[in-house]
Amino acid sequence: MKSHQSAITTQKIVVQVLLVAFSILFLFPFAWLLLTALKPIKETMSMPIKWIPSKFLWSNFKDAAIYGHESLGYYPFLVYAMNTIVLCALIVCGTVASNAVVAYSFARLRWPGRDLAFGVTIATMMVPFPVLMVPTFALFRHLEWIGTYRPLWVPAWFGSAFSIFLLRQFFRTIPFELTEAAKIDGASEWRIFRTIVLPLSKASLAVVALFAFMGAWNDFLGPLIYLLDQKTFTLSLGLQFYQSQNGGTSWNLLMAASAMVIAPVIILFFFTQRLFIQGIAITGLKG
Amino acid sequence: MKRMTTREAFAGYIFASPWILGFAIFLAYPLLASMYFSLCDYSVLKAPVFVGIDNYKLLMGDDLFWTALKNTLLYAVLALPASMATGIILAMLLNAKVKGMAVYRTFFFIPSLVPQVSLAILWRWVLDGEHGVLNPVLKNFGITGPNWLNDPVWSKPSLVLMAMWGVGNAMLIYLAGLQDVPTQLIEAADLDGANSWQKTRNVTIPMISPVILFNLIMGIIGTLQVFTVPYIMFPNGAPAHSTYFYTEYLYDNAFRYHKMGYASAMGWIMFLMILGLTFFSLRMSEKHVHYQGS
Repeated sequence: MKSHQSAITTQKIVVQVLLVAFSILFLFPFAWLLLTALKPIKETMSMPIKWIPSKFLWSNFKDAAIYGHESLGYYPFLVYAMNTIVLCALIVCGTVASNAVVAYSFARLRWPGRDLAFGVTIATMMVPFPVLMVPTFALFRHLEWIGTYRPLWVPAWFGSAFSIFLLRQFFRTIPFELTEAAKIDGASEWRIFRTIVLPLSKASLAVVALFAFMGAWNDFLGPLIYLLDQKTFTLSLGLQFYQSQNGGTSWNLLMAASAMVIAPVIILFFFTQRLFIQGIAITGLKG
Repeated sequence: MKRMTTREAFAGYIFASPWILGFAIFLAYPLLASMYFSLCDYSVLKAPVFVGIDNYKLLMGDDLFWTALKNTLLYAVLALPASMATGIILAMLLNAKVKGMAVYRTFFFIPSLVPQVSLAILWRWVLDGEHGVLNPVLKNFGITGPNWLNDPVWSKPSLVLMAMWGVGNAMLIYLAGLQDVPTQLIEAADLDGANSWQKTRNVTIPMISPVILFNLIMGIIGTLQVFTVPYIMFPNGAPAHSTYFYTEYLYDNAFRYHKMGYASAMGWIMFLMILGLTFFSLRMSEKHVHYQGS
């Protein structure tokens, strides 16, 4: 028994050591990002590596935010940030509104062909974006939407397989007795949806909103295809532009700008950690 | 259960209508249209001209197509097992009931939150041959690091390294799977005198096999479409086209050379590859995946 005990203790120590080692590996690039962001430009290039900046240049963040305005006539980072926020808001609202309604239909209403339609919906998750890219582009070009935000946010208002699936799983867990009683009292489906199902599903709606926000904030290929004017660029697209313009000369500013793109997502994650982790776990387990 | 009523069915269609429209406009139509375009000479500026299977024939003789396809498959063969193993190992460590699990879980997950563009820029800076930080660190351990970004042999491993770093999503799914493994099973194996490896091999892995299958299929779909990170880290597939991936060539055909029909043909080949690999994985899994309670 005693040797068994000590074996368990050794095992725990090994696990702890591994966890710490992996943590260092996983966090190291971030530390390097922050250290670089705070350095004067000369120290980013010095060899051997200067780990700690001789002076913490917090002004790098300000410089990165206003970088390029002499040549462009406006503050690119701030403009990109504003564009991204507006786009994210439109996409998040559309995703939550459309998918909640559709998922309600799949989860709690019975109609001919529903199960087949749901099967097809799930299968669409296998369709890669590149196969849809050309006709979708041609369609938006025909509508004269190229160069506007519409190709990026309008589709979000028409549902997406992943969010429908996620919300349907949640909506099905609401006891049917609750809604049946309201139905007997003559409440319309819309009313049941608004007054019973939605208030009970705030957490799951938040999960869908969160994923939609992350997707929109991170999206690169969409803006790359549809946005033409630099003034309309999103942060993802703008950051890439920053990089090619800088040509690797001012890594400190580039890292400061990167940090400012990453920070909102990480802050959001910290406030919503539990929701987030549940949401991701559910996608894998109930599938 | 009450039987379906027409009133309920009507409401059902109304509620589902955004998606029915969205499915028709943004999925079914583009999918069929790209099949048609793939059989056409099409530049988007002029109406498509039907040319039969010419695009597919041209693709078969296009060296760059084969290079991009080989790069993508090779990357998938390296990145998928590496990131699946990393995800499972991290999840098992997190599941070991030691102190501070929530903190470690956060640490391992944070890289997955980083937008792909930032991720590419950050890793360029870490791996850079002249001023990067990784090789000097390796040197402290007596390892001479390779020229990660400019050596065609090491450019793909660089991307695999990054894929392993961003394994957080899959890791959380594995972890949820591990937490669902009944403790009685592990205890029973303990009583039978099984060691850690035997328990992992014979109890844990079979019990989480449905989750492994799910992550494998998601991994295949995602990896074959890899675009943003290589596009930014390795402009034009440098060095020596070693990071020129399938989606990048498709994108270039569509939006740089305006060969939209050609790009559509590439899109359909990719779609068929994904379908094939998914069905293959599902078929292969029948023998190996264990579903609880069935």
